[in-house]
Amino acid sequence: MDEVFKALADPTRRELLDRLRAENGQTLGQLCQQLDMSRQAVTKHLAVLEAANLVVTLWRGRDKLHYLNPTPINEIAERWISKYEHRRLQALSDIKQGLEKKRKKRPHE
Amino acid sequence: MNKPEFVYVSYIATTPEKLWEALISPEFTRRYWAGRTIQSDWKVGSPVKLLKADGGLDWRGEILQSDPPRLLSYTFDPQGFLKSEGISEPPSRVTFEISQLGPEPTSKRSVVRLQVTHDNFEPDSAVAPAVSQGWPAILSSLKTLLESGRSLEFEWKC
Repeated sequence: MDEVFKALADPTRRELLDRLRAENGQTLGQLCQQLDMSRQAVTKHLAVLEAANLVVTLWRGRDKLHYLNPTPINEIAERWISKYEHRRLQALSDIKQGLEKKRKKRPHE
Repeated sequence: MNKPEFVYVSYIATTPEKLWEALISPEFTRRYWAGRTIQSDWKVGSPVKLLKADGGLDWRGEILQSDPPRLLSYTFDPQGFLKSEGISEPPSRVTFEISQLGPEPTSKRSVVRLQVTHDNFEPDSAVAPAVSQGWPAILSSLKTLLESGRSLEFEWKC
């Protein structure tokens, strides 16, 4: 669990997870494309994420594909969120997402 | 063939045999799979289905590979979900791979790696985003049950 928190404590690594959430199963090359960072730096961040089991890799022919594995985050949530709180928190989270989506849209209207 | 849509991995303090039993036994699935029971004779080519607590069909499929306690693969056809959405889609595929890590199964500290791969989705599948919510919850619940004997209760909207 320490490894998961350590991995999530870095904004670049969270960015990498966001990218995989948007498109799962990317290669290192694809992940590097929009990041202003060296290939080596991205490789290091991916290694930390993989050690924390937040990223799982799979070989497809010659391509090493990276997948977001949210299972450890779910395990952390289960540890502190009891079954009764779950639905209320989900409702709050839905409200927050709904309101923030609206607010984001406004400047472009 | 398309690349897999989802790959989930969980490390569980159990043995491959116990984990296999948890994947195929309705008494087990009821306790970690949102009250659902799985049914099959687990022979290649046989049907498999997951039933909701009220007896309604959640999804059905066909056993593609069955090699206890290492490899289990079946097709995944959520007909109820597709009907409710008013769409049709060919079945996708779920594969469970179990591998032993560290000490032998006889040791009390046996750790097993479970990899769940869900692939063979249609382009722009409606099923893919729906199942992405499910697997992480099922895997954490399965891990908790095997490691502590306690069930995590979670509910789905459908």
